[in-house]
Amino acid sequence: MTALGNEAASAPRTTPLYEVHQGLGANLVDFAGWLMPLRYRSETAEHRAVRETAGLFDLSHMGEIHVIGTQAAAFLDYALVGHLSRLTVGRARYTMITAEDGGVLDDLIVYRLADDEYLVVANAANHDTVVAALTDRAPGFDARVDDRSVGYALLAVQGPASARVLEPLTDADLSNIRYYTGYRCSVAGVPVLLARTGYTGEDGFEIFVEPGTDAPRVWEELAKAGEEHGLTPAGLSARDTLRLEAGMPLYGNELSADITPFDAGLGRVVKFEKEGDFVGRAALARAAENSRPRRLVGLVGRGRRVLRSGHEVLCDGRNVGTVTSGAPSPTLGVPIAMAYVDGGLDITSGAFSVDVRGRAEDVDIVELPFYKRDR
Amino acid sequence: MSVPAELNYTSEHEWVAITDGVATIGITAYAAEALGDIVYVEPPEVDTTVRAGDTCGEVESTKSVSDIYSPVNGEVVDVNRAAIDEPELIGTDPYGQGWLFKVELSQDPSDLLSPEQYTQLTEGEG
Repeated sequence: MTALGNEAASAPRTTPLYEVHQGLGANLVDFAGWLMPLRYRSETAEHRAVRETAGLFDLSHMGEIHVIGTQAAAFLDYALVGHLSRLTVGRARYTMITAEDGGVLDDLIVYRLADDEYLVVANAANHDTVVAALTDRAPGFDARVDDRSVGYALLAVQGPASARVLEPLTDADLSNIRYYTGYRCSVAGVPVLLARTGYTGEDGFEIFVEPGTDAPRVWEELAKAGEEHGLTPAGLSARDTLRLEAGMPLYGNELSADITPFDAGLGRVVKFEKEGDFVGRAALARAAENSRPRRLVGLVGRGRRVLRSGHEVLCDGRNVGTVTSGAPSPTLGVPIAMAYVDGGLDITSGAFSVDVRGRAEDVDIVELPFYKRDR
Repeated sequence: MSVPAELNYTSEHEWVAITDGVATIGITAYAAEALGDIVYVEPPEVDTTVRAGDTCGEVESTKSVSDIYSPVNGEVVDVNRAAIDEPELIGTDPYGQGWLFKVELSQDPSDLLSPEQYTQLTEGEG
C-alpha cells in the first residue's frame, strides 16, 4: 500500500468549527491552506445522507468578500462576466470572474445584500486571486472591496430534509427563501446570512455566520435539531461526489485560467447584453463566435475501475481528451467522470474508453448531469 | 487501530498469516481507515507467481488507488471472490472476511514485521 493520506506542507488555518470536528473524530486534511474535514466516518454514507435526508457541512474555507459603495453594482458589472446590477436585493447569482483573455479566474456566487452592498463568495484556492483582481479593477468606482474571509464561518445544510431541520431554529420564514436567494436573519439566536444555495444537487441552505459570533453554537443546535431527521455531518469527500453527480464544475478540475466559460459549457453566465465594457468582453465575444476547442462531457464506466482526473479519453484507441473529475457514484453505483474532449469530436459514434493506468476501460459518453433530483 | 497479535505485517500496510506453508494476505485496519470507503479490489490471479515486493494488484477507494504488493515469494492459490464482489468487506473486516489472496510459499518469508514493529510504524506515520 502506498500514497496513504496527504501530508500538509505548512501549518494550515483552522475554521471556527475545528474543535467540533476534532470532537467528532473527523479525518482532517489540508485543503487550499485550510484544515478541513475530508470525512467523519464513511464518505459514502455521508453522500447518501445528503441524497436521502440531510448533511451538515463546514465550508468556512470559502472566501467571503463584501463589495460596498454607491457604485458597487456598476463595479461588479465591469469586474465580473455577469449582470449584477440587474440582481434585486435578496437574490443570488452564479457567475465568474475572468482575465482579460477570457480565462476563468474563479466561479463565484454573488448575493445582493442591499442596493449598495454585495457579497462575493469565492473558492478557497482562488481567494487571493479574486481579492487581488477585484481590488485592481475597483479604481474609478465608488466601491470598496472588503475581504472578510477569515472572520466568517460558513455552514451548509443540504438534502431533502434541510428545511425541516432549520425551521425550528430560525426567525426567517423559509417558504419565503426561495432557491438562489439569501437574507439576513438569525439561526440558533446567532446573526447570519441565510441562503438557499448549495453545491450538491439537492435542496439546502448555506448559512454565513457573521464574524465574531458563535459558529459552534449554530453547528451544535443544527446537529441536535437534525437528529430526528437523519442529519449527519458530511465532509469534503462527499461534497465532491455530490457535485460531480450533479454535473457541477470544480475550479482546478473543469475550470482554470486556460478555459473560457464557453469551453465549460457555461457560456450562459457571460452577459454580453449588459451596458459598457467588462473585463474579458472582447476575448469572450470571440470565444462565443468561434468553434469550441474542447467540450465538457459526462462519462459512465462499464466496468468497476474508477475513472480519475488526468486519465486519457480514447476513441477507437486514439487520444481525444482528458478526464477532469471522476469517482465511483454512490447514487448510481458505477464509475462516473467529467472530461474535456476535442471540440470537433463526433461523440455519437465510435468506441470510447479511458486509459486507467495502462488498461483501457470501456465508457459511454452521456449528457450531464448524472443525477437530477425530483422537484 | 487494531493490530492483531497473531499476524505479521509489512511496511506497505499489509498483514500476513502463515498456516502450513500457505500465506493469507490482506490490508491492515490502519490502511483501510486511511483509504476510506473501498470500492474496487483486484487481487492477483490464481496460479500467478509472485515475488516479495512486487506489485500484484490494486485497491481503490473513493479518493485514491493503491497498489497491492506481495509480501512473500510463491504461487497464488486462492483469491477472495467475496471481497471482489463486495469490496466494502475489506473496510469492515480487514483481518477476516476482507482477506485478499493466498500464496503457497516457495521460500520462508523474511523482513516481515512483528505486531509491535507495525504498531510503532503506524504511530510514527499517524
